[in-house]
Amino acid sequence: MSTGHAARASEPAVEVRGLRKVYGGFVAVDDVSLSVEDGEIFGILGPNGAGKTTTVECVIGLRIADAGTIRVLGLDPVRDRDELHQVVGAQLQISALPAKLRVGEIIDLYRSFYVEPADPDELVQALGLDAKMGAYYRSLSGGQRQRLAVVLALIGRPRVAVLDEMTTGLDPEARREAWGLIEGVRDRGVTVILVTHFMEEAERLCDRVAFIDRGRIVALDTPARLAARAKSSKQVRFVPSAPFDDRILTSLPEVESVTRRGQTVVVAGKGQLVNAVILTLAGAGVTALDVELGSSTLEDAFMALTARQPDHKGAA
Amino acid sequence: MAAQLAARRRRTAARRALGKIVINEVRLAWRSPRGLLFGIVLPALLVVIFGELPKAQVHRSSLGGLTLFTVEVPVLLAFVIAAMALYSLPIPLAGYREQGILRRLSITPARPSWVLAAQVAVNLAFALAGLAIILIVGVAALGESAPKSPGGFILAVLLSLAAVFAIGLTIAALARTAGSAYGIGVVTFVPLMFFAGLWFPRQEMTAWLADVSEYTPLGAASQATQDAIGGMFPPAALLLALVGYAAFFGFAAARYFRWE
Repeated sequence: MSTGHAARASEPAVEVRGLRKVYGGFVAVDDVSLSVEDGEIFGILGPNGAGKTTTVECVIGLRIADAGTIRVLGLDPVRDRDELHQVVGAQLQISALPAKLRVGEIIDLYRSFYVEPADPDELVQALGLDAKMGAYYRSLSGGQRQRLAVVLALIGRPRVAVLDEMTTGLDPEARREAWGLIEGVRDRGVTVILVTHFMEEAERLCDRVAFIDRGRIVALDTPARLAARAKSSKQVRFVPSAPFDDRILTSLPEVESVTRRGQTVVVAGKGQLVNAVILTLAGAGVTALDVELGSSTLEDAFMALTARQPDHKGAA
Repeated sequence: MAAQLAARRRRTAARRALGKIVINEVRLAWRSPRGLLFGIVLPALLVVIFGELPKAQVHRSSLGGLTLFTVEVPVLLAFVIAAMALYSLPIPLAGYREQGILRRLSITPARPSWVLAAQVAVNLAFALAGLAIILIVGVAALGESAPKSPGGFILAVLLSLAAVFAIGLTIAALARTAGSAYGIGVVTFVPLMFFAGLWFPRQEMTAWLADVSEYTPLGAASQATQDAIGGMFPPAALLLALVGYAAFFGFAAARYFRWE
């Protein structure tokens, strides 16, 4: 690395310790610690407003943390910002480009910022923007703008790439293409931090995942182990024939939690859970219809940990 | 030293990037040419109209013996400066901040301040071009005399640019959106150009109004340039007024400017 700041192999690419960020009186991030290994795809998941974006914005030096330390490839995002921005690329949730610049002009401009930029043709081709090089930014569709944002995140040949909700707003086919692209980026040796609220995306791509809820990390592990952890408790899903009070179930010793997803009720617990639930409901004059025993996924782990439904905004 | 070499390569990239930002700002101004039409083409047309209008060539006692054309030239010079500083400069800057363009830049090795510098440089260049067109058309084609106090003229123009651009930067600092920058620009432009004499020659204003107008930014600008064209070095009071505006609004802009 020409910048002379190559992290040693043993050193994590990104290290966050005790990060805290307060807006007004609202604690957006409270004591978040995590470390991202060199070359991995690290997922940050959580409901809207959980503090995901604030966390990565502190990592890339866009916001200044109120407390805690952050090191990216050994650099402090505030003190070493010039060096940091040469080696970290990011795609932000909220950002725009001048409406009347052409795609090619924007890429050429961003390329000029970096000491060792990437080959633009290769990136543009990989993201399928080659036919759009002469188009004004304002004429691009949402998906094309998203892809341009990814080109700009990678044009400086970063060693760490931060992608915040990059597949939000893409159709399912484009999303799958984007996944392939992210894997391609990782295969070039780039460490990727992926902020997402799509469980499927995290399950498919991430080496490790941190769940953030209300500004805190509630779990941090591989997707498979997180899912397995949720499996240790049982899960019953059903549609009740009549309304009932959740408390008749939560008062049972077998039941750990009751959540509703639309009409469906999901009960997690242990022991003779199915029997207990169905008998109790029958006693209250309610029949459990369409009973399913849940197979445990990352989504279940998320539900169990946050006791809330993940946000499906933008899911196709 | 590797660190020094790296720093030098970053500076080389920074210079190249600054050049590209300037080129792109010129492109953007050219592709949305409202600012250029209003700030350069319109005053150039007006100078031709006043230069060709027979009634504007009559020496009038109400204008202190000057012709309307002679009186209008410094007003149009002030117009160019005002249009570039109060419209063309702050509206894109406020828009870039509103849309998150500056925010996106702030996580690259480029700084949002480079865009600010490029905007100021490009609009200053446009203003100088607009001023040159008026002078060249006025002097070469329409028989107006060249400034008889060239030093005074250059000083008056430079101080006027500094004062009015500082006001434009303050607008860019205070406006949250491109729309509100436009609104503040109009509300600033119209009265300031009134005092410069756009709708009503300053020479025909009542004494107290004429006195007030001399110490407004554009009144001072047009009076100082008028004096210099006529052969008089502009009075220190006018020049100091311009310096004061430049300093006051320069500090205000620096104090209140926000990148997000």
